[in-house]
Order: sequence, then C-alpha cells, then structure tokens
Amino acid sequence: MSIWIHEESKVLIQGITGKQGTFHGTMMDEYQTNVVGGVTPGKGGQIVELPNKNVPVFNSVSEGLEATNADVSVIYVPAKFAAAAIIEAADAFEQNGGGLIVCITEGIPILDMIRAVARVDGYQNVRLIGPNCPGIITPGENGGCKVGIMPGFIHAKGRIGIVSKSGTLTYEAVAQTMSVDEGQSTCVGIGGDPVNGTGFIDCLAAFEADPQTEAIVMIGEIGGSAEEEAAEWASKNMSKPIVGFVAGSTAPPGKRMGHAGAIISGGKGTAQEKFAAFEAAGIYVARDPSEIGNVLVKALKDAGLR
Amino acid sequence: MNIHEYQGKILFKQAGVKVQDGIHCKTVIDALSAYDSLGTKIVAVKSQIHAGGRGKGNLYDPKTGNLIMEGGVKIAFSREEVETYASNIIGRKLVTKQTGPEGKIVNNLYIESGCSIAHEYYLALLIDREAKSVVIMASKEGGVDIEEVAENTPEAIHKIWTHPINGLDIKDAENMADQLGLIGSSKDDLVSMLSSLSKMFVEKDCAMIEINPLVRSDSGEMIALDAKVSFDDNASYRHPWMDEMRDHSEEEEVEIRAHEHGLSYVKLDGNIGCLVNGAGLAMASMDVIKLYGGEPANFLDIGGGATRESITTAFGIILEDENVEGILVNIFGGIIQCDMVARSVIEASNELGLKVPLVVRFSGTNHVEGKAVLDNCDLDVHTASTLAEGAEKIVKLTRGE
Repeated sequence: MSIWIHEESKVLIQGITGKQGTFHGTMMDEYQTNVVGGVTPGKGGQIVELPNKNVPVFNSVSEGLEATNADVSVIYVPAKFAAAAIIEAADAFEQNGGGLIVCITEGIPILDMIRAVARVDGYQNVRLIGPNCPGIITPGENGGCKVGIMPGFIHAKGRIGIVSKSGTLTYEAVAQTMSVDEGQSTCVGIGGDPVNGTGFIDCLAAFEADPQTEAIVMIGEIGGSAEEEAAEWASKNMSKPIVGFVAGSTAPPGKRMGHAGAIISGGKGTAQEKFAAFEAAGIYVARDPSEIGNVLVKALKDAGLR
Repeated sequence: MNIHEYQGKILFKQAGVKVQDGIHCKTVIDALSAYDSLGTKIVAVKSQIHAGGRGKGNLYDPKTGNLIMEGGVKIAFSREEVETYASNIIGRKLVTKQTGPEGKIVNNLYIESGCSIAHEYYLALLIDREAKSVVIMASKEGGVDIEEVAENTPEAIHKIWTHPINGLDIKDAENMADQLGLIGSSKDDLVSMLSSLSKMFVEKDCAMIEINPLVRSDSGEMIALDAKVSFDDNASYRHPWMDEMRDHSEEEEVEIRAHEHGLSYVKLDGNIGCLVNGAGLAMASMDVIKLYGGEPANFLDIGGGATRESITTAFGIILEDENVEGILVNIFGGIIQCDMVARSVIEASNELGLKVPLVVRFSGTNHVEGKAVLDNCDLDVHTASTLAEGAEKIVKLTRGE
C-alpha cells in the first residue's frame, strides 16, 4: 500500500482549462495517473485532450464527482480563487463519502486559508494537502499516481515515506533515497505556508500505519513549531526510523525566506531548535541534504532493515 | 507590508479604536504648526520608522555617526522643546533593538497630544499558525519588551482565540478584560476595542496589530498609544489603498526589484552568492555553504516560473553586492529545465562580464543536457553533481585554492 493515494486513485483537476492545469494535467497523465476529469466553472461539457485520453470538463466539483466518482481533487487555480476552490471541493467530497484535496497554488491570503482549513477540519473524511506545495506522489511499477507538479521520472516505487515543507528540497530527498538504491512509498509536500491542511504528524501517523513504508525522511524548515511538535509526537508513537533535515540554519531572524511561513519571529522557529528537538526524539539527523542517503542507510541498518 | 504608526492610527480611528489626536509631519516647521493646532501643552514627538523599540533607541548623525539624542520618542512640554526634538529627529539615523546597528533614517514624524497614564498594557493580534486562527494576546505589563515578558513570566500574557468564521466571542473579550483587572467603563472600552480590532484584522487582511502600550488614562479610558500594523501581502490585490500607504523608503530597493521579476531575494553578509530554485533548497544551499566553511551572501529563489530574463536579473542582483567573491548555482529541475538555466547563466555571465568563480550543480529535468551546454561553452564554469560537492568547490575557489 501507500498513503492517501494509490495507482487506481481517480483524480479530478480543478482549473484544468487554465495554463497550469492543462500543463500539469498532461504531465500527470503521462505518469499514468488516472485523471478522470476536470472542473472549470462555465466550461462544463468541454473536452480536454491529454496524451493517453480525453477527459470531460465539469462546471462544479459536485458535478464532477457525480459523473466520475473521483476520490482526489487537485487545485491549480489562481490564488484569488483557490480558497473558494478548496471549500467547494471539501463540501462536494463530504456529500460524496470523502476525498483528498491537493492545493498546489502559492500566495493564498492567510485569512482565506484559516477559513478554508476550518471548513475542511469540520469534515471527518476530507483531507487537504497544501497549499503552496508540490503535491503528493505514489510511484508505481509503471508510472504511478502523481498529484502535483513534481518531476515524476526521479521517483521509483519503494519503502521510504517522504514528508516535506519544501518543493525542490523534497526532490533532493527523493534523489538521495535513489542514490542508496531505495524507492519511495509516498512523498507528500505539505507546503511552506503558515496555515495549511495536512501537517507532519498526520503524515507520520499515516506512514506508521502503512505496511509498505519502512522508514521516513522528514524535511522541515525554519518558522513555527510544527517540527518540534512532530518530533515529540514521533518519540512516543513511531516505531519506524525517521531521518530529518531542517533548512534555514543560516537564515537571519525576522526575514521571510521565500515561503510565507519561513520566518524566525521573536527568536522562535530556528533551525537549531528544530534539530535539537529531532535529536531529543531519536530522529536520525542529516545536517546536509547531500547526507540524507547515508544517514538513511545507517537508520535502516540500525533497525535491521538493510 | 508594514505601515507607520500614524497610518495605523488612521485605521484605528476608522475602526472605532480610541487614539489621541495627532498630526503627521515631515519637517520641523510642520511639527511646530502641528503643535499649535493640537492646542495641548504637552505632546509626544515620535519618530516614525518601520521598527519597534523607538522609545529606547538612539539618534545619530548619518554622516558623522555622532550621537544626537537618546530616545526616538520624546515628551515635549513646550513649543521650544518640540522644535529641539523635531530637529534632532528628522533626517537622523535611529538605531533600535529591532533595526540592527545600521539603523533607519527618520523621514516622518508624528506629533501627538499628551495623555495622562494610569497604567500601561500590552495588546496584540496575530496569526497563530498552530491553532490556525487569530490569537489576541494581552498583558498587564505593557510598555516593555514583550519578548522578555514571554520568556520570564509567560503566565503574565493572556490569550484568546477568535473563531475562523464567527470571529471574536464577546464572552472571551470580557474574560480578557477581567484577567487584566479592568472594571467599569475601562472593561467596556477594552471589550469594544477587541471587537473593533478583530473586525479590522479580518477586513483589512492584517498580518499583525500590536499596541504597546495600550493605556488606561486617569479617567479610565482605554487608549491605543501605539500602533504597529502589518498586512498580508498575498491579500494586497483586494486592498488597492495599501499601495498608497506603502513607504518605499522603508523597504529594501533590491528586494522589491527582485520581487518584480518573480525572484525572492534576501541580502546576507557573506561572500558566496547563490542562485537556487525553491525556497527550501535555497536555504539548504546557504546552510551547506556554511557547513563547508563559507558564508552565503544571499538567499535567492528564482521560483518555478524562471525565464532567461529573470535569471539574468538574478545574476545582476547577486553581482551588485560588492562582497560577492563567487557564485553557486544549484538547480533541481522540476518544471524548470536545466539546459534552459545553463544557457541563461552563460548569457548573463557574458552580458555582465562575470569575473568571480562560478560553480553550477544541476539535478533533475534535463540535467545531462544542461551540463553538456556548460561543458561546451567558453565560460570558466565548474560543475558539481551534488550540493555538497558544489558548496565545497565554491568555498575552495573563493579562497583561491
């Protein structure tokens, strides 16, 4: 198995007729993701041509779910409309037995996200990943299920779960696992915004429960205290080994480092604190992302897994 | 985006939060006529910069570096004192705990009617990332460094959270007033202030509102004597008025220019420039440069939509920094193709006459093609296959090794 998505997952694309939606829909389809349709208000009835098949466009997520029974919706709509798109998808999934929403969009106003996350959290069977993230991917034997913007070809099916706040740093972690001949069960980018859906602990709990996942790589960055909380939770609840890295040891305080959430404020949220929390929780620490592979091998060997 | 205190107070007034009368000035003459028109004998003369700690900061002559006056906020008891303080402030460099040693030039002044103070409190509204809602923080210990209070006596800070959709619960606001020991009309004032501020926070897409001090006057009124307000830049599209409040002189010109080209840039003090795609990877690149004994000169994320033009701009911005003695380019191609970056890097290097060592590390989409482009060009460029190798190489090259 894998977590949250698998090779048969049926995926809707919100914003499929836009430039981003069409481009990434094409890449997802090339990776053999089961794209079943798209949503663009006012363009229902149109057809979008993907490399492997043509998919229908619906006016709303609920129309799309009714016709396709999709269990995942990925959002590529502009920041102005993204929170409304999340809420629309959440309401529609709640009516349809639940589902996974993956929001790629960057730059959503934070108060919009507070409202959207509150809506999603009110529904037991609806999960949100993101926003401002690369998405989620479960590599399969031939392609797999890619819901997002990550380059599919760098992945391979395997037993390492990856969770990260950063996009390209996730790809780096993937490449590191590959460099020591390990593949991935599922890779989740939770995004770099201060208020988001799925967090580290949700991912760790899901990886712990997933039989395919045998070890986890967790990539954090400065800002907030999600890494510290996850480390503490992991020390009590995780039996599988975790390798951790935190970006931003050299970041100056009070400066936003690209991501809206990546800021040391009031002396809190430093990489030093997060590394210390990782170490206190028994997480294997890599101080350099190029070392993740070697540290992972050590973690696997210590656990008798290699 | 940050605004000045005088601008924050205009918003407070509109929202129904009590403030003292005050007038924004840019010259000493303005300050004197403001004093005359306010008509109160005692006024506060307040430096306006986008940083806290003004009261305890010091003013220096920007040319000579000589100390001009201690304290960036002064109480004046006469017209003459207003003149003295205003001329000591305008055009001077104010150094506070939050500005760093480089300080900030004061171009704006606020003359505000004096206020009889019975007690000083602290009040702030901000985003609580973990609780995923707006938190209101208040303390009886105002007018002091709140971070010290949080560190030494965290129990002295009271917190309530607003509901993501319904906003502030009045019962919570009343409890907060009780915790601050407020009674009678002061309690009513605070409850109404919290209600107004939490509405303003949402309506204006604030990122933070901080009032330090919030004061109780001798007559029991609750008055915002300070106003530190910042906004969520992501929401600026629905608030066109934000542009009018923006003070460009308070912002880093190069960071604005970078932003206009889709780049995210932060200048640092080191000597190795970096150009990276992705915020996390950009931070990690800085960290690894440091691990190998170097010092990063900047954070620079070229973003997912980088083009030849934006990469040339990025190179230009890095090279403007006189401290830069070498450049590390670290790209993990996803949407971005490494060969496009390679051609852009060559073009920019030729155009800008690159004279410092350059190390390029490519991985991901088209990294083989990218490396081939670099291998076949005339430029003296070093390549690396991992971030660690790239960092080690550039650190050695800048040391002449």
